[in-house]
Order: sequence, then structure tokens, then C-alpha cells
Amino acid sequence: MESVQHYITEGILYEPIIPNIFNWPIARLFRKKEKFLNEVIEDTLKAVTQFAERQGNTVEQLIEKTMYRERIRMNENPWKVDPKDERKFWKNVKKDLISLDQLDDNEEEYTKMVDKLLKRIVRRYALEIVSTFKPGTYKFARRFLPFFFSTLLNASVAKSIRSFINHKRQIQERIHMMGEIEQLRSLSRKGTVVVVPTHLSNLDSILVGWSLNALGLPAFTYGAGLNLYNNKILARFMTSLGAYTVDRRKRNPIYRSTLDSYATLAAIEGVNHIFFPGGTRSRSGEIEKDLKHGLLSTVIESQRRNFVEDPRAQSEKIFVVPLVMSYHFVFEAKTLIKQYLGKTGQEQYYVMDRDSSDIIKFLQFVWTTFSKSSDIYLSYGRPMDVFGNFVNEEGESYDAEGRKIEIQDYFKSKGEYTEDHQRDKQYTKLLADKLVERYHVENYVFSSHLVAFVAFQMLKKRRSDLNLYSLLRLPSDYRTIELDEYLEVLSRVLDKLREMNNEGRVNLPSHLRNEPAAIVEHGVKNLGLYHDKRPLKKQGEKQLVSDNMNLLYYYHNRLVGYELESLI
Amino acid sequence: MSSNPSSRERVGVIGAGSFGTVFANLLAKNRDVILYARRPEEASRLQAERTYKSWALDPSVEVVNDPEYLSGECELIFPVVPSQSFRSMLRVFAPYLRPYHKMLHATKGLEITFREGQSLENLEKLRRDQVLTMSELITQETSVLRVGCVAGPNLAAEIADGQPAATVVASPFDEVITEGQQALRSNVFRVHANHDLIGIELAGVLKNIMAIGSGILDGLGYGFNTKAMLITRGLAEMVKIAKPLGAEVNAFLGLAGIGDLIATCSSPDSRNYTLGYRISKGLPPSEVIENMDETAEGVKTVAIVRALANNYRIPAPITLALYKILFQNYEIQKGIRLLMEFSYSEDGELI
Repeated sequence: MESVQHYITEGILYEPIIPNIFNWPIARLFRKKEKFLNEVIEDTLKAVTQFAERQGNTVEQLIEKTMYRERIRMNENPWKVDPKDERKFWKNVKKDLISLDQLDDNEEEYTKMVDKLLKRIVRRYALEIVSTFKPGTYKFARRFLPFFFSTLLNASVAKSIRSFINHKRQIQERIHMMGEIEQLRSLSRKGTVVVVPTHLSNLDSILVGWSLNALGLPAFTYGAGLNLYNNKILARFMTSLGAYTVDRRKRNPIYRSTLDSYATLAAIEGVNHIFFPGGTRSRSGEIEKDLKHGLLSTVIESQRRNFVEDPRAQSEKIFVVPLVMSYHFVFEAKTLIKQYLGKTGQEQYYVMDRDSSDIIKFLQFVWTTFSKSSDIYLSYGRPMDVFGNFVNEEGESYDAEGRKIEIQDYFKSKGEYTEDHQRDKQYTKLLADKLVERYHVENYVFSSHLVAFVAFQMLKKRRSDLNLYSLLRLPSDYRTIELDEYLEVLSRVLDKLREMNNEGRVNLPSHLRNEPAAIVEHGVKNLGLYHDKRPLKKQGEKQLVSDNMNLLYYYHNRLVGYELESLI
Repeated sequence: MSSNPSSRERVGVIGAGSFGTVFANLLAKNRDVILYARRPEEASRLQAERTYKSWALDPSVEVVNDPEYLSGECELIFPVVPSQSFRSMLRVFAPYLRPYHKMLHATKGLEITFREGQSLENLEKLRRDQVLTMSELITQETSVLRVGCVAGPNLAAEIADGQPAATVVASPFDEVITEGQQALRSNVFRVHANHDLIGIELAGVLKNIMAIGSGILDGLGYGFNTKAMLITRGLAEMVKIAKPLGAEVNAFLGLAGIGDLIATCSSPDSRNYTLGYRISKGLPPSEVIENMDETAEGVKTVAIVRALANNYRIPAPITLALYKILFQNYEIQKGIRLLMEFSYSEDGELI
């Protein structure tokens, strides 16, 4: 596979695809924001009605259910960012629902009232979700992002501007963008690009945004968790960059439909999109294997509607680009793996939950990761159509034998386009499966992942009498590994990885071409570099020891799914 | 049903063996059928003489040897070819298949990707990703995604005879199920739906193992108690193997599971049964296998399933005993002893 490696030296590394920011699809879309918003609302109304029909419910029942869930949310999980009037709003909804009962005899009036009520709810949700792309803010952000960090950091950690400038050079040399970059650029001229990254860290979205800008691509829209909006400055800033708001607490069908319609219509308008299909950060440290089908299904939906509705249909294709990020060090690892092991199931976000002191913490973390950690890889995978077929530079789809595929035909039956929700659901599932497969192929295995994997698996094999939880609580005396034996096992795994690399089943960075001993040195040095307790370190000249088994397990998980366990 | 043949939709059947021709006849009640025969001379013979074995070909079946013609005329296609020629058949058709095609296969076998040095004879362990069902093979080799299968107690001769029967059409796509049902159902043929494609495919595949066992027991002159033991424990074994491969239990409790199992374990018309029967008469397995005029899928399945069971550490005593008889020249009585002495597991533990 042809790999291109670039270092970020300036904000933009590549010539912008569309030089004038005001001509970007996202800028065009938000110049007619009111119209777009109304389209989203109309589309949602239709979708909700259809959803109710499929479920064998009435729209009124859906509204009732939604109201019920919203009241639970308001009582049990209120956030600072929640609007002051929402209790009143839902109280009124309740009132209207009750008054509906009196209209039982008048069917026409009744339906009209229900529709009006639904529209009020959808409009409220749509206004909450919608973003506003402001070219000025975007320009500011991309030019001053590093300064933005430094200014804020100055107050707390950064010692001087000079130290910032010194660091800056190092930061930029450490982000490696790999893979099908030229093709990605070329495809963004041909259709809509949907980048679907794996998700390990809160750093990811900033990194992806920065990287796509560096590639000269017009701004992407993406969903940002409402919890981020608890901080007002950041909220304004992100909305202006084109991020729309996602409230994960609202799981009711009316809200989900509004969100889906928003994403679908934005894609139909040609706005590029970033989805994290895993939903949240990977708690275990594994590469995603279960993807959320909700937002992914909007990709299929947008593609179908592009063909069916849009007169320019022939050219409007949607390209799906998997993106895998590799880190030696994940700032939130400790919290993530604790949540995973505790199976708390509760969404807890490190970033900015309540007060602004958290924003400083977050920026410190960005700073630490960017400036101190060693390499970060962004592996842009081979672009595909929404059915998982690879596409060429022109955006044409091909099967494994190199035969051209007209993907319109996937939406046809007996020669005609047909709308079939159940079919699209299956297509979504197939796309999700394909993405999981591609993630493993496009992934760059780091020395640190390898050393963690081998160490953990060796301890596990040695104590096969223990279950995972007992293993993680192993006393420190039992967590040592003889280096000689370790090297031998690691070499076996390494050979296998190299073989897989030759077969195009996984990527290896240049540092994994070294001798095993050098790889161990490099891996141990970099593995979870800034944790206070090291997942793995040298003890004397002949031993390795783990100071933190949870973290060792976390970083080890990165290599789960490649069936390497049998080599231990 | 339409009474005007000229306006009827056309569907394709690939494979003009006994099941293929019976299938074509079934479909001909509702659709015009294009039947593909692999060998040109067989296509012209069938088209001219219009008989296969003892049964006549329906007048609305057109027999051809042209994959492009069939693919161009038919959106719904039923591949009915043995598993070992399934991939090569797909490669012949792939250039003409498009994403609008829908394929419902009726082949009861698995495709294996051997690793270096592996062969059917020395197969010890198989991973899930080395095994493909026929529908997985279709999506791998062609651009067709709308796939499904037809399986059930459908012995070719009885259906050709017009006796009442039922089958299952399985697909994750509602659309495919509906079209399959509409094309196949008639007043003597019921078509049930199922969404667990992998479950239904595996039910059809795994029952072939039991059919060989059943033939052996009948050949030895054993009675109904022994047969009932085989069928019941056989079903439990099938479920245990199928679950880690992604199947649901329910598929095994329907027509394609227990239904097909009863039919194939009872009828001397089944190839796998016949194979078992002949072996029980003392003929060396390799000779019997060679002399079968149509493939007994079960032999290959036994080797595959044993290797899968090894990998997943699933106790599969019936498969194991048959493996030893078929591949390791075990005496049959020794195989049966192995079965009777195997450690007990809970009765009725399907779920």
C-alpha cells in the first residue's frame, strides 16, 4: 500500500480544494439557515410519522412517551446547559395532550392539533441541534489554534512564550498523516466525504479537525456532545466551527429522528461530515468492534436520497473514509479502563463537566499530548462507497475483481428506485461490519501496543487459573517477566505482525522494522509515558515489571482482535 | 397467480441437477424460468428432450448455457449447485451480476479457505473466518448483497411427484423473503419466512452429518430407538456447533432444522443417507464416496465440523465418530461404541 507521510509545518499543508471559504458547502448551507432548518423540521415530521406507523403506534403515543422520558431526564439528570424554560415547555405539551382528549369526536381537528404539537417539539429540538458556521471564526481558529492554547495555558502551565515556540516545532513533527491522502482530496471534489474515525480520546476531534484542515479540505461538520456546551466560550466557538449539538441523554425517537434528519440533509447538501461510529470513546482501549448504527444509517439514507431526489444525482456520491488514530499515550486511559472494568455504563466525561477549571485541565491535557508524547499517527483508510466497495480517484466503485459497480442499483428493485427502510437497515449493518474490518487493516501497531500485549498475555498465560479481575489485582511480586523469555515471545508475535503487514492486513510504522530488543526499548519507553504509575517498565537489566495492571491491560487491548493470543 | 405466461416475470435457476430441475418446475407454476446448465450439451439435451430422470420439465422452463442471458433477463436468481463448484459458478456469473440482483441459493455446504499446508484430510482446527456459507461466498465473489437461502425437508423426488411439502426462505432482507415466497409458493408448497440466514444455512449443512449416521444405523438393521437417539442428540450437537458461528437456536426448531433432519434421516433417497448405508455394508468409505454419482456434501461437512468443534472446544461425539469411520478407517462398531461411551451431557439443553 502506498503510504504518504507528511509533517505539519503550517496550518495548511496542501493547497485548499476550495480557496474561498465562503464557497464551502458548509458556508453556503448556513447562509440559508432558516430554509435549511425548515427542511429539517419537515423531514423529521415525515420520518416520525413513518416511524410511528412501523412501530404500530400513533404519533400521539410517541409524543406521550417522549414527554415522559423528558420529564425523567429533567428530574434525574439536569445539566447547567439545559434551557431554563424546558420545564414550562413540557408542561404545556402535557396540557395540550390532555386537551386533545376533548377533540375525540372531531378527527380532522384532532390530527391538526397533534401535528401542530409534534411540530413544536421538533422545532425545539432542531433549534437545539443546529450549528452556525462562521467563516470568520473558522479562519481565526485555524490560524490561532496554537496561540489559543498557549494564551490560555500561559496562565497556568506554560512558562513562557519561548518555551511554547520551542515546543511548537516538536509538536508539528510528531503528527503523521498516513494513507490515501491524495485520493481523499480528489474525492472531496467529486462528492461528499464522510470521515469515520476510531475514538480513543477527547483529543481525537481536535486532531481530526486540525488534520482535515491541514489537508486543504473544506470544513467538516460533526456532532459535539451537549456536555461540552456547559462551557459557554467553548460552546460558541464550536458552534461557529460548524459543530452541531448532540444530547446523548435524549434517547427518545422524536429527538433521534430530528438528529438523523439533520445529518442526512446536511450530507445531501454536500457538507462533509465526521462521525465517530463507536458512539463514545473506546473504554477498553480496543479498536471498535460494535458500531452505532443510528448515525451510520443516515449515510445510507443520504446516498439513496441523493440518487432518488436530487436532479444532480449522477455525480453526488458519498464517500466513506475510515480513519484510525494511534497513540502511545492516552491521557484518559486510567478513567476509561476503570469505567470499562466497573461496567458503570454511565457516560462520564472527563472534559468540562461543570466548572471552568476543567477547561484548563483539558487544555493542559491537549498540551501534554501534543507537545510531549511521541508520535501520533492518523491513518486515512482507503475510501469506500456506502456499501463498502472501494472507489478510485474518480469516485467510481469497483468490486474485488476490478469490475465497475453502479451503486444506484443497490436501491433498485424491478428497475425502479424503491424506499425500503428494512433494506437500508441491513445495508447499514453491512457498512458497520466493513468498517470494523477496515479499522483493523488500516491501524498502525505501535511498539508500545506490542510490548503491552505480549507482557499482559504472558502474565495471563502464566496465571491461567485466575480470571481477569484477579489477574488485574496480582501482587507486584508476581508481575515480573524475565526479559530473555519476553524477547523470544515478542519476536514470534512480531514475525506474525510483519507477515500480516506483508499481506496488507495491518500497518506497521518504521520503528517496528527494528530489531526486537530495540523495539522493546522503544515500546517500554513510550508506553503510557505520562501516567504516574507505568504500565510496564524495566526492573534491573533482566526483568520487566508492571506498576499498573489496569493500564497494561488497556494498552494491550489495542492488539486484541488480530488472533495473536495463540502465539504467546 | 398470473394466467398469462407472456407477461410473467422471469426468474433464473443455476444448476440443472435433480434439485435444480425440481426447483425450476416449482417456480414454473408462478414464473417463467430460465434454467442454466453448466455443460452446453446437457443444456441442449434438456431443452430438446425436456426430461430429467423420471420427471418432465415444465413447458415454461427454458434451458440455456448462457450466463449473460440469464443474468440479463432475471433479477431473482436461485443457484442450486454443489458447494464445491459454487465458487467457480459464481466466477462465471459475476461479470453479469449487478447490485439489483437477488440470489436465493439452495446449496447445503460450506466453503473452506485452507491455510498453508491444510487440506480436508489433515484438517485439525478451523477458525470462523476460514469458513464461508454460500451466501457469504456470493457477497464475496459478486456485487450482489441481497442474498438468502431456501432450505427445508424437500426431497427432490417427492416434490417432483407433486406431494405436499413446506420450506423456509431465509434472508436478512424482507424484500428477498417476499419475492422468494411469491415465486415459490403454490397449493402444494408452503414457504415460511426466517431472518436468521446463517442459522438456516447451517441447519441445512449440519443435518447432512446426521443423515450419514442415519444411513449407517439403518444399514446395520437398528430400529427406531437408535434412530430417535441419533436425531435428538444430533440436533443438540448441531445447535452447539452453530451457535458460536453466529446462528440462533430457533432456526433449528423449524422446517430447515428438525424438519429437514427427520426427512433426510428417514429417506433412502438422500445421498448422504445412501452413503452411510453403503458403508455400513462393509464397503470402504473411500470407494463408496468415489462411486456416488452425485455429491454427498456430508463427507466434507464431517471433516469441517470436526475441525470447527476442535477450535471452539465443543463436544461433538456424533461428528467425531463419523470422522473416524470416514477418514481414519475406524470399524463401525468401534465408532458406535465411542458414541455410547461418550460422557453424558444434560438432555434437552438446546438453549
